[in-house]
Amino acid sequence: MNAPTTVTTLATYRNETPYPFCPGCGHHSILDQLSAALNELHIDPNKVVLVSDIGCSGLSDQYFVTSAFHGLHGRSITYATGIKLARPDLKVIVVMGDGGTGIGGAHLLNAARRNIGLTVLVFNNFNFGMTGGQHSTTTPSGAVTSTTPGGNLERPLDICATVAANGAGYVWRGTSFDKDLTGRIVEAVRSDCFALLDIWELCTAYFVPNNQASKKTLTTILDDLGFKAGLLHRADYPEYATAYRKAALLHSGKPLPAPRPITPRFESPLARTFRLVVAGSAGGKVKSAARLVGEAALLSGLWAAQRDDYPITVMTGHSIAEIVLSPREIDYTAITRPDAMILLSREGVAKVGSQLAAMKPEDQVFALAEVADVKTSATVHVIDPAKIPARLGKGSVALYCIAHALKALRVFPIEALEAAATLQPSEYAEKNADAIRAAVA
Amino acid sequence: MREFTDGSTAIVRGALDAGCTFFAGYPITPASPILMQMMGELPKIDGVAVQGEDEIASIGMCIGATLAGARAMTATSGPGLSLYSENIGLAIIGEVPLVIVDVQRLGPATGGATTVGQGDVQFVRWGTAGGYPIIALAPSSVSECYSLTRRAFDLAERFRCPVFLLTDKELNMTTTTVEVDEYDKPGVRARAALPSTELPYRYVPAADVPPLAQYGGPGAVRFTGSTHDERALITKAPAKVAQLNEHLRAKIEDNAGEIELVVKDLQQGATTLFVSYGVTAGGMRDAVAQVRALGGTVSALTVQSVWPVPERAIRETFAGITRIVVAELNHGQYRREIERLAQGIEVVGLHRVDGELIAPESFMETVR
Repeated sequence: MNAPTTVTTLATYRNETPYPFCPGCGHHSILDQLSAALNELHIDPNKVVLVSDIGCSGLSDQYFVTSAFHGLHGRSITYATGIKLARPDLKVIVVMGDGGTGIGGAHLLNAARRNIGLTVLVFNNFNFGMTGGQHSTTTPSGAVTSTTPGGNLERPLDICATVAANGAGYVWRGTSFDKDLTGRIVEAVRSDCFALLDIWELCTAYFVPNNQASKKTLTTILDDLGFKAGLLHRADYPEYATAYRKAALLHSGKPLPAPRPITPRFESPLARTFRLVVAGSAGGKVKSAARLVGEAALLSGLWAAQRDDYPITVMTGHSIAEIVLSPREIDYTAITRPDAMILLSREGVAKVGSQLAAMKPEDQVFALAEVADVKTSATVHVIDPAKIPARLGKGSVALYCIAHALKALRVFPIEALEAAATLQPSEYAEKNADAIRAAVA
Repeated sequence: MREFTDGSTAIVRGALDAGCTFFAGYPITPASPILMQMMGELPKIDGVAVQGEDEIASIGMCIGATLAGARAMTATSGPGLSLYSENIGLAIIGEVPLVIVDVQRLGPATGGATTVGQGDVQFVRWGTAGGYPIIALAPSSVSECYSLTRRAFDLAERFRCPVFLLTDKELNMTTTTVEVDEYDKPGVRARAALPSTELPYRYVPAADVPPLAQYGGPGAVRFTGSTHDERALITKAPAKVAQLNEHLRAKIEDNAGEIELVVKDLQQGATTLFVSYGVTAGGMRDAVAQVRALGGTVSALTVQSVWPVPERAIRETFAGITRIVVAELNHGQYRREIERLAQGIEVVGLHRVDGELIAPESFMETVR
């Protein structure tokens, strides 16, 4: 369907180097049929990327004239995904052994789930042929391998059922002896979806001698396991790389984030670095209220830094904002002894004990009445919650208390805070400005 | 003109301005803000951003995409970097330009997810099998997060290797004030095209780096993570293997002068030299200003290109110095490198591994 207009027609997509595989190994037949399939597909070899995994099948790409990627064990699917996402026009064919389906199982599953346009050929010979015949995820129960000398106790992975149940567009199972393998590879590549062919074959070095396996016993194994062969599954989910680009079109050309400079409009009397800590609870809008303090400082020609601390479960527990304000560039953002603290909740107070203890009488604490009983040498100012207008709601308490404290602290004109609240048009701008005005009134 | 922003945003802007077209990553504190921003921004410029099923897939996708013409970046923190290990090796041997942001948090293992640390400085250097060199840059401020991200993309292209941007939780997640007009904007070279008549790899002269061969052009392109010859065919021939591995070493170590990046703040008559990198250099700058304001003398060196160690630039700061204080949020990983260079000079470590920054006062106590 996507036939290129000009291609280099090759009689074979193989190069002249003979295969390195053992006599009788199924890889010979599969690769010959892959070459025949590419020939039938009439694809420009430069537009095909053969991505090979590790193991004997991982050697395959070296015998083809197409582009090739030979990476790490189990990760072939990830490289193939990256290639397909960057160049959806390329035909990306993954060659992996049964070993790769184990170590790379998560990648196989998720590539299927995305239905990304890869053709995956699993050279499934039930053991690790390159490293000494150890058992793999597909070794049949009872089979003897170098690591299951008494017979395999594990049940083999049904690769086809797994990917079919999880979003693959095309799933086929057969053997290296099947005459229609070439046609199935052609069909899979043309289907432009996540297509997997589970190709059973013989490892004559290990699996055959250990299990008296033959072409005939491949069928017996299938029957014993209750696995099906043939074209097992077709589905018409959107192909991921194409779907991604289609979805991205909605955003194409939109402006990238640019700096949002803040031009000073106010003047600050601050001659030294001033350190403010706000201690409250998650959900109390501590972070966003503290951000307005930073922006107000910039509006007043100061430098500001804001460092937040909260538990990893963001909607519960404490929320602390440490704000450093200075007429000079700020190189160090941590606060040992705050000049002022604003205390909003028990959870917050529990986290700032050492900072409270470090404060001196000339330092100021502004605390809501319920948390004003703190141990500190600082001067404590109690904020009466009854004075906070009910219309402001819980979400504005932090900003109200911050505005209340900043009015007294005089680090910058309090008008700067209201100006910060309305710098960006947002649903909160007027609400925040209202809370600030209420505190200042 | 000043802006109130953070390191994550600066890195994203630096990457986009450097021509990044592909990002893949897996959520992890404190690197997630980069992932989330890239997911939002790259579709606007016809790039691709994807959340992988894990860190292994994420860096694997970046490597594959680069071979298909993309300029890729990924971002993670310690636990994710552990999973990147094998593919860092693949990018080294396959000579893949790739920018890896490591937003350090306190380790080991899950450690402190929202806690600052600088425990990965030797990990990024030796984080994969074989021991071959990489490049790592460590910004010490938000504006350096921007400029060194650009620089990282340029060096990745120049040397065709993984380039780490070593930041931390505080730099990335603390909102601070930057002078927008003073952002340094180092140039980022475009990807050179490899003539289709040339082989994908070249090892002689050892320190030369030919352009990257990409898929989809007029010729077939081979890539392999196995020891390979210039055609990317697997080889065990000792002479060829030696050429490849010498090339991987020489292209970075013999060109170290091109990578070297430090900030020297030397004072006449000072006998104490502070050495630091990353967020810890911020506290150092504060301490230097305080020492001098009090009439004392002290010199300071911020190492930006932590790997390869900028040996020449570091040695140049040693004149007249009798004590070197190396400050870092680990047990003295970079101090090892300074000790190696500072034979005959006392080297003192200033360390903190409790998740807090090193205070300027702690620096000041070490001045002789």
